[in-house]
Amino acid sequence: MRIEARPTPSHTMRYLSPLLALGLTLTTGAAIFAALGKAPLASLHAFFIEPISTVYGLSELFVKVTPLLLCATGLTLCFRAKVWNIGAEGQFVFGALIAGAVSLQLADYQGFWVLPVVIASGVLAGMAWAGIAAILLTRFRAHEILTTIMLNYIAIQLLLWSVHGPLKSPSGYNFPESELFSPQTLLPTLWGQYRVTIAILIALLMLAVVWTVLNRTLLGYQTRVMGENRQAARFAGFNGNRLIWILLLFSGGMAGMAGVSEVNGPVGQLTTNLALGYGYTAIIIVFMGRMHPLGVLLASLLLGLTYLGGENAQMTLGLPKSITGVFQGLLLFFLLACDFLISHRIVLAPIRSQPPNLSNTPVREVTRS
Amino acid sequence: MSIDIIENILFATIRTGTPLLLVALGAMISERSGVLNLGQEGMILVGAVCAFIGAYTTDSLLIGVASGLASGALFSLIFAVIAISLVSSQIATGLALTIFGTGLSAFLGVDYVGLSIDGLDEWPIPLLHDIPVIGKAFFAQDMLVYGSFALFAAIYYVMSRTRVGLIIRAVGENPGVAHSMGYRVLLVRYATVMFGGAMAGLAGAYLSLAYTPMWTEGMSAGRGWIALALVVFASWRTGRVLVGAWLFAFASILHLVLQGFGYDISPNLLGMLPYLATIIALVMMMQRAGTAQLAPRSLGQPYYPQK
Repeated sequence: MRIEARPTPSHTMRYLSPLLALGLTLTTGAAIFAALGKAPLASLHAFFIEPISTVYGLSELFVKVTPLLLCATGLTLCFRAKVWNIGAEGQFVFGALIAGAVSLQLADYQGFWVLPVVIASGVLAGMAWAGIAAILLTRFRAHEILTTIMLNYIAIQLLLWSVHGPLKSPSGYNFPESELFSPQTLLPTLWGQYRVTIAILIALLMLAVVWTVLNRTLLGYQTRVMGENRQAARFAGFNGNRLIWILLLFSGGMAGMAGVSEVNGPVGQLTTNLALGYGYTAIIIVFMGRMHPLGVLLASLLLGLTYLGGENAQMTLGLPKSITGVFQGLLLFFLLACDFLISHRIVLAPIRSQPPNLSNTPVREVTRS
Repeated sequence: MSIDIIENILFATIRTGTPLLLVALGAMISERSGVLNLGQEGMILVGAVCAFIGAYTTDSLLIGVASGLASGALFSLIFAVIAISLVSSQIATGLALTIFGTGLSAFLGVDYVGLSIDGLDEWPIPLLHDIPVIGKAFFAQDMLVYGSFALFAAIYYVMSRTRVGLIIRAVGENPGVAHSMGYRVLLVRYATVMFGGAMAGLAGAYLSLAYTPMWTEGMSAGRGWIALALVVFASWRTGRVLVGAWLFAFASILHLVLQGFGYDISPNLLGMLPYLATIIALVMMMQRAGTAQLAPRSLGQPYYPQK
């Protein structure tokens, strides 16, 4: 048995790899449960099946999927172009914070315009937060990974400051929370008693937009070329900075919308623990979904389920909720490891003695995205 | 401003700079060999939680430090296997390491939140710690701070004066040439990544055993990322990493300084300072011509020698 480089990347493995990774994650998960003294299969059932075995459970899955899918939709375009926006978390928080502040200001106003103003403020706030990273990257050449991460921490501090200070509810017994938003600022729910809001429709619509942009427009073409080969994009005369601006603003706006979907949806007020890591989970979703809109949709369902599974494991198995993070991390690791099989294959044949390599290039660099 | 206040500010700066220094030195070494590991934050957290559990269950700080060190190195092995042997994207794999480390440390440490231990004691060095102004900062610290000074000196020596340092740099500048000269590129990269893991684990141990002797989720608070920025700021030079770590540390304790002078500013607003300082430092660094040329030539690119 030996490993050799494939002449061309395997298309099949590209789409098989996430499934393989899921299988390996489940196997490892079962081993972890067994090591913790829980029945492996029953635990996996409690983690992945039980939470969505009722209609209410399914609706809760979509409550989780909404912010994840919104963030991931924006990141799909960015990552396609290898613009590494790791700041969805901060753009989410800043969007939520501004939308929350506007909601509190508009508490006493009625009218059809109130909700659109709230949504727009959150989206614009997310765009502004990503715009800072865009300025830093295009004007000052400061790498977007580090700046967006720093902006995440700054956004969270801003949120904490706001709910401890100016936006703290006067009637809240000094808890660091804002007042509850009034009903006209909240996103309408889709069905009666369930918490899913119309934001999931916005997410699906935007996903379709991203699919169209990627496959049917010049902008999408430029995005893909820039991701494949930045040098080529420059030689082809694409305006790289303009593209970076568009991609960062778009993903920032989507993350801001995710923030709105959360505070003006199920949460209904500003609190200190709005940042549950959706912005980071969205990164895993985009990789799992192969940066393809349909894949991203499927992956967001899976990753959304890990949140519900963690909560359910806490209730029924007495395991800490943080097992969600363990599963998410394992999933991404296995995915990256399995992706090796896109560019390489395992050959089940005895090793034959190879003729001496007479070429002048004894080494070759293997690079893949 | 009295001498006392300056002494205390310097003392706190060195203490706060220690974890940054340790992580940044480790990250710098692996980047010098061409590997960009964005998993620093995850490695610190795993090191911190393992160090705390080790120290709490055995009642021995030494075992705590050793568990932090070992867990960081072992944890980085995951990154090494996937990013080096399986030639995956270093950016994605490093992010995965941070995401996994954050979750894993929270999971492992859930029963240890809120428990306390007797942290590392300070060990004033006779005579030297009486030196005015700088005595307290440099000679009245705990063993891990002294350890970080020693590690700095050792790394400075190895990177600039020895063959090992030369090989690491050759691998980072041009792995193809290093390979054809007979150096084992992958082995060197495994070693530097695991060394970085050990350093991050040690930084974690410092946080949970000395800086604030307890375990809290996410207690690294972005130090891994700040350290990565610090390496850029220091343009991959050992000496500048030390100066940078102390500068960043000073920015992080500025809020304590301001509070000490009676300014009443929200701790949350002042809490932004280290992150703002990081962004400003990055911007200033990139404005200087040629910073990009200082990076190891093969940084971030997977390499696989052909058989």
